[in-house]
Amino acid sequence: MSLVQIETKALTGRKYWRSLNELSGTPAFREWMVNEFPGGAELLDGASRRNVLKLMAASFGLAGLAACRRPEGKIVPLSRGVEDLIPGKSYYYNTVFTQGGSAVGLTVEAHDGRPTKIEGNRNHPQSLGASNGYAQASVLNIYDPDRSAEVLKGGQVSSWAEWDQFASQKFTAGSLGRGAGLRIVSESVVSPSLSEVRKSLLAKYPEAKWVEYEPFSNENAIAGTRLVFGQPLQAHYHYDKADVVLSLDADFLGIDSGSPLSTKKFSKKRRSAKPEDEINRLYVVESQFSVTGAMADHRIRSKASDIDSFASALARELGILSELNVLGSADKVQKILMALVRDLKKNAGKSVVIAGPRQSARVHALALMINQALGNIGTTVTFTQPLASPEAKAFADLVGELNAGSVDTLVVLGSNPVFTAPVSLKFSDALKRAKTVVHLGAEKDETAVLSSWHLPLASYLESWGDARSVDGTVSIQQPLILPLNNGRSALELTAQIAGYKDQKGYEIVRNYWTSQWPAAEQEARFRKALHDGVLAGTAFAEVKVSADPKRVALPAATAKSTQVEVVFVPSWSVYDGRYTNNAWLQEAPDPMTKLVWDNAALISKATADKLKVVDGQILKITVGGQSLEIAAMVQPGQADDSITIAAGFGRKQIGRVGQGTGFNAFEIRVSGDAIQFASDVSNTGKTYQLVTTQEFHSMTEPKLMDAIEPKTRPIVREATVEEYRHHPDFAPHMVHAPDDSIYGWFDYSEGNQWGMTIDLNSCIGCNACIIACQSENNVPVIGKEEVSYGRSMHWIRLDRYYTGDAEDPQAVIQPLSCQQCEAAPCESVCPVAATTHTPEGLNDMTYNRCVGTRYCANNCPYKVRRFNFLNYHKEMVDIEKMVSNPNVSVRMRGVMEKCTYCVQRIQEAKIKAKVEGRRGELLKDGDITTACQQVCAADAIVFGNINDPESRVSQEKKQPRNYALLAEVNTRPRTTYLAKLRNPNPELVEHHG
Amino acid sequence: MPIFSKKHDLIARALAAFVAVGALSGIAAYTYFSHPKVIDVGYQPKQPVPYSHKLHAGDLGMDCRYCHNTVEKAAFAAIPPTETCMNCHAQVKPESPYLQPVRDSYATGKPVEWLKIHQLPDYVFFNHSAHVTAGVSCVSCHGRVDQMIEVKQVEPLSMGWCLECHRNPAANIRPAELVTNLAWQPDRDPAEIGREIIAQKKIAPPVNCSGCHR
Repeated sequence: MSLVQIETKALTGRKYWRSLNELSGTPAFREWMVNEFPGGAELLDGASRRNVLKLMAASFGLAGLAACRRPEGKIVPLSRGVEDLIPGKSYYYNTVFTQGGSAVGLTVEAHDGRPTKIEGNRNHPQSLGASNGYAQASVLNIYDPDRSAEVLKGGQVSSWAEWDQFASQKFTAGSLGRGAGLRIVSESVVSPSLSEVRKSLLAKYPEAKWVEYEPFSNENAIAGTRLVFGQPLQAHYHYDKADVVLSLDADFLGIDSGSPLSTKKFSKKRRSAKPEDEINRLYVVESQFSVTGAMADHRIRSKASDIDSFASALARELGILSELNVLGSADKVQKILMALVRDLKKNAGKSVVIAGPRQSARVHALALMINQALGNIGTTVTFTQPLASPEAKAFADLVGELNAGSVDTLVVLGSNPVFTAPVSLKFSDALKRAKTVVHLGAEKDETAVLSSWHLPLASYLESWGDARSVDGTVSIQQPLILPLNNGRSALELTAQIAGYKDQKGYEIVRNYWTSQWPAAEQEARFRKALHDGVLAGTAFAEVKVSADPKRVALPAATAKSTQVEVVFVPSWSVYDGRYTNNAWLQEAPDPMTKLVWDNAALISKATADKLKVVDGQILKITVGGQSLEIAAMVQPGQADDSITIAAGFGRKQIGRVGQGTGFNAFEIRVSGDAIQFASDVSNTGKTYQLVTTQEFHSMTEPKLMDAIEPKTRPIVREATVEEYRHHPDFAPHMVHAPDDSIYGWFDYSEGNQWGMTIDLNSCIGCNACIIACQSENNVPVIGKEEVSYGRSMHWIRLDRYYTGDAEDPQAVIQPLSCQQCEAAPCESVCPVAATTHTPEGLNDMTYNRCVGTRYCANNCPYKVRRFNFLNYHKEMVDIEKMVSNPNVSVRMRGVMEKCTYCVQRIQEAKIKAKVEGRRGELLKDGDITTACQQVCAADAIVFGNINDPESRVSQEKKQPRNYALLAEVNTRPRTTYLAKLRNPNPELVEHHG
Repeated sequence: MPIFSKKHDLIARALAAFVAVGALSGIAAYTYFSHPKVIDVGYQPKQPVPYSHKLHAGDLGMDCRYCHNTVEKAAFAAIPPTETCMNCHAQVKPESPYLQPVRDSYATGKPVEWLKIHQLPDYVFFNHSAHVTAGVSCVSCHGRVDQMIEVKQVEPLSMGWCLECHRNPAANIRPAELVTNLAWQPDRDPAEIGREIIAQKKIAPPVNCSGCHR
């Protein structure tokens, strides 16, 4: 009798696949499936196996000799003690992280003075305790050995003293007069104290100009509010109050979110605690398959440039526009549109329509007018005053002034416009017309090499500052370490130029805020602000608005184009190029394409066929006379005649990590628009190796694939809300779990018993958990080549499954780490007992005991064990090692590693309980959060004691949609999944016979 | 005539036996000489300051926690900053030549570089606070430091040695307020006292791998 019984007539017995290769079952995919670690030891640095063995024999001999001498260790205490500082204990400080004009409050963990781990600040309204991948990885940036560490004058090494001398002549001796020749370019200024210093600078130089520039800004969104309400406003969307959400090209759960808040709010309404619960419904219209699209109940694949027509048609059907419905194209879209209109009307006041930053001001205005017509304004959509927003025109004007030769001194603060500016502006040529160019930057980047002065920038973890988040809340940016590379902050440099009364970052920030408070409260209020990480009462007041739709003068709709469009998006890994040298982000696979270390031109299958191009072939894309050669990748769900390119890759002036990664999208971003049209796209016939992890670690059973009636294992399980109500236990019933043992089961009924649930219905696949785990557990980075051999080391991976039509599928994302099986197949095959079970149900991995047979990985049905093929950590230089978590062993070559439910955090909590005299008591629910759980904005991961019936994890496991992955192989995993739910519009559900 | 005679057989056998014996004794020697009991016990390096624990902790009766003040709160029993030494030595023996490195450190801000005696491998996560609050005395692992002029290692601190106590801790458990009383001699069987405390405090030392290896 076979132990594995798959019930074929499962409720959602549909086929899931992770790549087009898997869908068509190509030989290449089969090889990946069968060999978890394909290609063997002959890949060892090109040395032949024989040579390696010889070397190994020699080093064993040496090791034997060396072991006789005891290594001398030193204990180096401080000369003067620091109050409250206990060596080896971690300390937490609140600070704030800013990127692209969005500020998110953080709580940063420091070990003996080194910031090592980033968490979201629970008090911060944009974080609520969660954070994102960029914030998580930003700690690695400060230990980057390639970070700029020297003042450069004309490319030659100089010093701060020399700069100070220069600055005192330039900025105090009056050589700049009223500042007519002074121009400053910065990123979005969201720091109140920087605004204050800027004010004093502009008072000193009244004719100077300060230009804010961001390659990816929310300018169109703000322009939209100006069109509709006559004033610039910042819209806030309350997904937690919306039953229906329509996204017009807005990846509001993903790269367009800026903060974890939208995910927090959205998932609140998405969560289902029992089958009767109503969940929200999400419609997404987009060109690229985004993570928001993966969450969608209805996703409409559309060229980004056609979304204007869709929005117009929707506005017409809702009686806002009188123009004709220009949509008319495919019947399917029209059908969805009409169902959507009825759904929105039914949920008037409880819906959200949001347009994405890539869409024009017109689409934003339409979305706002639709919201107003539906009565959403003031309930699910509210407004506050906007933070200062960069305008593309101001930057173009600056280039005009540079070209006219009227700029004497250009100061670039913390950005890299030479790389990111629209090519048509020819910024790098214009820059050379300024007499003096001063660049304050973290890297010796493209702008630095063209500048007369390059000054190293101190990171936000190294310098004082403050930042206002989009809702207005102010946080103090509190440093955790002195500048490692002797850098200065933008705030300090501006103060120097302005001759501001305070020159040190701390004094500027402290005095700016305390001078607004009564003297007696100053100290206490400032300390409280530092402690809480937010300044109470600084949030903006809501601006009540309403518009008369008849008076809104909408710009003309853009005509549909038959040309191939190119859509520029910020990259999940490198954003606009600022993280190109960040190895954690580079190695985290893109949530949808699963590409690592590269970007690609994403195209649909139909477009690929038309261009006669396959994955990895290089396309030549010409936009406005500029062309770019870039590898193509066929992406299911991509709109036809639409190419999406993630920006930020292909940097030339970059450190060792970012060298040779990807293709520079900015080379063909002719104007500042995110959507442009290609005059020509052709296949060059050249090829490039793209590495994607989408086929790695497949849990497909080869035997089942080869059966006469091929079946796939039900790995991800989903149902519609309707189906769930009729069959609440559909998920666990999809397979037969044998649940018998020839040994008898171990008794786990006593004490703490750790378990986890992952809610597939909440997870958006944002990658934050991957990087949080990497940071917490010292997971090594291995590089593109090693990843191409299937050796990626992430302890938690996000498997992205497609289902349905190959061109227009739905997607489900499943996070997977060690399942902590009670009957762990890995344990029984370990010849040295390096992996064993604890009485609390953890599958321990003892690195110092492991001899690297890899039997455990071969026997793991979930493929969650990771093997150190090379000494990835040994090659790190000292400064890079500073990012390591001292509470977790650093693994060496030849050692297997895997998720341990953050056992170091479990032990820390247990020891804390012991020291506090709570021995023998169960730990309280919430005493321990795993790194992946803590970072998760969707609250999809719940960890705790399954022996405590009141714990959150026990509650989650009681849900009828709770299922154990591969229960049919009888592993009894402690991690279980809550099946995904979709909430399609009943009008659009196709009933199969 | 064959190339190899019977004599060669004998030589080959003798050679094989010799190699086998040599290899076995090599392994035996390696196993013995690399054991912490041999390598580590008795390790007594020369410290930069001739600090006498016998004088301070023994004769003068200072509590261990005056200097190692984090022992009940943290994983590490911190070695004190130079400032702690100078709390007394600003007045006591302010001219002593032995204390020159301490005064230098205090004046320059450069730390005194003490040599680490009780050194566990990096993959072992030992926590002082968990042990001390359970009632494991300093003496159980460090010996009679109050009688040592120069500190040396007296216990092997090997995994087997740790596990002996983790499996059967009674003999090493005493009332928590007595942990720094290295000379403590109860008037009845200490293991009996230990068992009472274990029952009362519900002490259950971990014996699984992740108790110490993470």
